[in-house]
Amino acid sequence: MNGALRAFFKLRPKLPAKMFGRRAVLPAAALLLLAPPLLFFTGQDFYLDLLTRALILAIAALSLNLLVGCGGMVSLGHAAYIGIGAYSVGIPAHYGVHDGALHLALAVSLSAAFAFLTGAVCLRTRGLYFILITLAFSQMLYFTLVSIDAYGADDGLVITRRSSFPGLQLEHALVLYYCVFAALALFLFGMRRLMHARFGRVLLGCRHNRARMRALGFDAYRHQLACYVLSGAVCGVAGFFLGNFTDFVSPAMLDWTRSAELLFMVIIGGAGALFGPLVGAAVFLVLAELLSGITLHWHLLFGALLIALVLRGQLFTRG
Amino acid sequence: MDWHLLFAQLLNGLQLGLLLFLLAAGLSLIFGIMDFINLSHGSFYMLGAFVCATVAAVSGSFFLAVLAAAAATFAAGALVERCIARKLYARGHLEQVLVTYGLILIFDELAHLVWGPAGAAIALPAALEGRVDIGGVGVPRYRLLIIMCGLLVAAGMYFLVTRSRLGMLIRAGASNRAMAAALGVNIDRLYLLVFAIGAALAGLAGALIAPLTEASIGMGGEIIIIAFVVVIVGGIGSVKGAFCAALLIGFIDTLGRAYLDDLLKLFLPGAAAETAAPALSAMSVYVLMACVLALKPRGLFAPAGAGVKT
Repeated sequence: MNGALRAFFKLRPKLPAKMFGRRAVLPAAALLLLAPPLLFFTGQDFYLDLLTRALILAIAALSLNLLVGCGGMVSLGHAAYIGIGAYSVGIPAHYGVHDGALHLALAVSLSAAFAFLTGAVCLRTRGLYFILITLAFSQMLYFTLVSIDAYGADDGLVITRRSSFPGLQLEHALVLYYCVFAALALFLFGMRRLMHARFGRVLLGCRHNRARMRALGFDAYRHQLACYVLSGAVCGVAGFFLGNFTDFVSPAMLDWTRSAELLFMVIIGGAGALFGPLVGAAVFLVLAELLSGITLHWHLLFGALLIALVLRGQLFTRG
Repeated sequence: MDWHLLFAQLLNGLQLGLLLFLLAAGLSLIFGIMDFINLSHGSFYMLGAFVCATVAAVSGSFFLAVLAAAAATFAAGALVERCIARKLYARGHLEQVLVTYGLILIFDELAHLVWGPAGAAIALPAALEGRVDIGGVGVPRYRLLIIMCGLLVAAGMYFLVTRSRLGMLIRAGASNRAMAAALGVNIDRLYLLVFAIGAALAGLAGALIAPLTEASIGMGGEIIIIAFVVVIVGGIGSVKGAFCAALLIGFIDTLGRAYLDDLLKLFLPGAAAETAAPALSAMSVYVLMACVLALKPRGLFAPAGAGVKT
């Protein structure tokens, strides 16, 4: 383990830069496009599931990366939007409504609304307060869902039929995968445009020196709130896919530890790096698989690894 | 209205509030003085409960068990501060979040390894069982003990912070740590003490609640979020704020759970009220937090100058 750890440390700073430099994008995209049919038709469903999950988590981590990486807003409540997106599938499906367009519209609009309402309060604060308040609001949603017996309370809801779009059946594992892939590609493209657009530049400016940006005449609060809402809405889409993927929603999806895992993915991929969340989600899932293969008490190893990585300053090579 | 029930609920609210204060007082100081976001504070609460259960089972003395729990968590807090937290004070909040999250995973898994997944119950000594009659209401003797302990610690903390030399240093550190360090305060030792005292208070809270709820692995995570809310509402770094906010939130939470459905039934049909009441009472504490923050973004009693960091 020690040797592997040391190798990981040595490799780590080069991970996003080398593996996901410009030249690696095309091969990686080709791999993500072509591998699933191979996996599916050779009966490797487990790996297809892992890949689908990684891409869904990558969308969620990407939305958090928009907040943390571009906006410098460390949110510890992002799993709330995954929950909102997933329940946007689960609750209508509970009433027999399986219209995918409606689910997606609900996921995006409710996430955006929750982000707007909570963000308006959160963004009045900085630093420690901001982290704690985002955490508190996500827990509010968690406890609220736990207390509603009509929607399964702690046990959650089983989704018997996935969202259906005209001409698209998400029931098929490959169809779901390519939908997730398309969404991720779209969001990556949008994120890239955003980072280079005036909006992204203003955000970056607010992150580095809020007072100066305000002196230059930019309304930092409104830009950050817009970023917060956008991020929530994108994460809602990830929740929509996650609900469909797991065929099940429960409050556990928005437990605050999920939010911490998302932060981990963002950081390990390099906050602010465009493809960082994809790397982070993959590393997280692979680590979880590997460590849980070693021992049942893999959280112990994961926690120790996490602490060791941060204390050695290995997680923060890009900002 | 049933006044006896109301009285009992008020006592429950007081008990919850005082427990929250034990957790939040240390947390608030750690947040405020070190500017350190300690998510794993709930782990000390859990550790206190488990140590209390074990010592009570082995020695048979509950009093000894509570002391042992406080001592063990004091030591654990000092250890965590020395080995891990100390290296993170100068780093960003993001790193602190990740490390303390890792600490929670480790503590939970260790508790799982040592005490098993089932949790541990504590039998109360006979002297603490039974009820005391106060104004015609039978109040469980043990709940009264928790309340007395909580008030005693609150008074002790008040004395410590406002009257003692250590308290003076703590207040100095909370309002301007750079200046305190420049004036020759041994910041390293101060931080170690504050962290360990905070951990011991959390451990004490866990030990006190253990006979009522029994020690279990998730117990820290459940209560710590409410303790965060208490710290935010009270103002980071303020013990007085933590006390007021803890009592306020203890009462709101308890009374909300007890009376909200009756209140809603005045406006809503019965079935709707029974569905909405639990959800609303789960949200009530957070709504209070949002309201306080909308009016005072730094909490009710934020010390001047604390946490000024851009």
